[in-house]
Amino acid sequence: MPSAAIVPAMTTAGGYLLVFAVILPVAGVLLSVLLGGRYAERIAIVVMPFGLAIAVAITAGVWHSGNVLQYVVGAWEPPLGVAFRADGLSVAMVMTAALLVPAIGWFARGQFATPPATQSRAATTFWTLLLAVWAALNAVFLGADLFNLYVAIEFLTFAAVPLVSLDGRPDTLTAALRYLLFSLLGSVFYLLGTVLLYGAYGTLDILLLASRVRMDPTAWIALSLMTGGLLAKSALYPLHLWLPPAHAGAPAPASAVLSGLVVKAPFFLVLRLWFDVMPGVSDRTAAQLLGVLAATAVLFGSVLALRQARLKLLVAYSTVAQIGYLFLIVPLSANSQIGHPWGNSAWTGGMLQAVSHAFAKAAMFMAAGLVAEALGHDRIAGLAGIGRALPITMFAFALGGMSLMGLPPSGGFVAKAMLLTAAVGEGQWWWAVVVLVGGLLAGGYVFLVLARSLAAPEEPLTLRAPVPRSRQLLALAVALIAVLLGFAPLRPSQLLLIGRPEAAALGVQ
Amino acid sequence: MSAATVFGLCAAALVGLGLFGVLVDPHPLRKIVAFNLLGGGVFLIFGITARRGAAAGFASDPVPQALVITGIVVAFAATALAAALVLRLVDETGRVTLRSAGSGGGPSNDAHS
Repeated sequence: MPSAAIVPAMTTAGGYLLVFAVILPVAGVLLSVLLGGRYAERIAIVVMPFGLAIAVAITAGVWHSGNVLQYVVGAWEPPLGVAFRADGLSVAMVMTAALLVPAIGWFARGQFATPPATQSRAATTFWTLLLAVWAALNAVFLGADLFNLYVAIEFLTFAAVPLVSLDGRPDTLTAALRYLLFSLLGSVFYLLGTVLLYGAYGTLDILLLASRVRMDPTAWIALSLMTGGLLAKSALYPLHLWLPPAHAGAPAPASAVLSGLVVKAPFFLVLRLWFDVMPGVSDRTAAQLLGVLAATAVLFGSVLALRQARLKLLVAYSTVAQIGYLFLIVPLSANSQIGHPWGNSAWTGGMLQAVSHAFAKAAMFMAAGLVAEALGHDRIAGLAGIGRALPITMFAFALGGMSLMGLPPSGGFVAKAMLLTAAVGEGQWWWAVVVLVGGLLAGGYVFLVLARSLAAPEEPLTLRAPVPRSRQLLALAVALIAVLLGFAPLRPSQLLLIGRPEAAALGVQ
Repeated sequence: MSAATVFGLCAAALVGLGLFGVLVDPHPLRKIVAFNLLGGGVFLIFGITARRGAAAGFASDPVPQALVITGIVVAFAATALAAALVLRLVDETGRVTLRSAGSGGGPSNDAHS
């Protein structure tokens, strides 16, 4: 029955776009390294609109054909060759990256602009790494071969780790080193799982593997190793220790990339493993265990965020909490077939959470960065009066926070409402309690910041540096996207299911 | 005991030693060396997997060998990046430790770092 549903191992029309999505930023990186210095910024600015156009073309291609786009590299068919494949899930993430990277790039021009006279190494490095992160993200979202995905996620680590320590201070260097060690340990486990799967089933192509994999100890061990490794990379509790110092220590545009996009890549691979590669292998107990970790992350991360004294650390701990929401997808849809309405709504809600958190968190880190630039510090106790001095910035922060706590009409609201519906519908009400309490705690830490920033200052506030209106408006625009996502949940949910029934049919067989 | 079993046990021992070093040793440079030991163990498993092809009449399966070469390159790049970070850390502080970012403590340490 399922053999008819397998995507034929050939390049589809428009499949070359997938390769361009990876090659274009890589070409930008190579050119930046070659020409160096002040050219890095210009190259990045030129590459960005083309990258966005490619992402739009891929989305349109998948949307219109209602099927996956595929490119078989060198016409070598899997299992020997390596394929790139774009299904609905990939498209949602590729599009998110394609909108966020240019927005963050424009935002960063105020901070890392390289005027001809003064060349700064941090600036050149930032622009080169930004393109490298983009290329790696696209490779992760479009890869269809588990080993290729290993290379992509390592590429992502190598691009993301130096972003943490751009300023070269000792504490950010330490944070970067810890991030790297966590990440390397995670990828070794992922690699170990990959070789076990290859040894047992003789292929690493996701679709072929899905048709061959059985419920046996090898698949179990491989799935556990790979999931564990990816959890370390996506900083799910209790492997989150590296995240707050790394994300809070990085310059604001880098934090926005790391917190908004980079941690989503390992999460994306967990979804691929659990729902595309081994839909039949993962069982209820394992899914519930992952759910317990996710719930602990939501509660623990939110409580710690409430206790932070510095704005950027607060936002970073809130990332720890929001990552927890993403992993609630697993217990809420592991046992449902994809046609099942409740599993479906957890699936759509979780993906909407991933996308809206990306925009909301990027906006909040941008706002926090602007506040820190204006005040020269980011102590929450010293924020009084900033709401009046930088109203657009604080409004952007509030809108981002609105999505985090799940107030209507934001994307975060629809996402959390869908997770709640799924939890109640699946009879797993305990996850609903976690979603609600997490929302309340998020409300608490966002309100804490807003209340301080709207308070009257004891002495008139003097800004250390003027903050350009254009950068404030960019943060606001990104926050608005997070809110507007709440108005468009139904059509994209169909998009997310493109390319999914095949895998589901294979898993059910 | 067949060759594959001997190599498998060696790989397991390497992975165990490496994992112990990465998790327990406080010195970043030794952590990096331990990570390479761990990686070596995993690469050895690739080598054992390549012998699967031998059963089908081939001398060995070429795919895991191709993969392991890529893996070695990636591990080399990772080691270089980690070593560069450690070097920079020594330049800045004159000491090599991960303690300052609150590795020994909980969240309250992070808040003050």
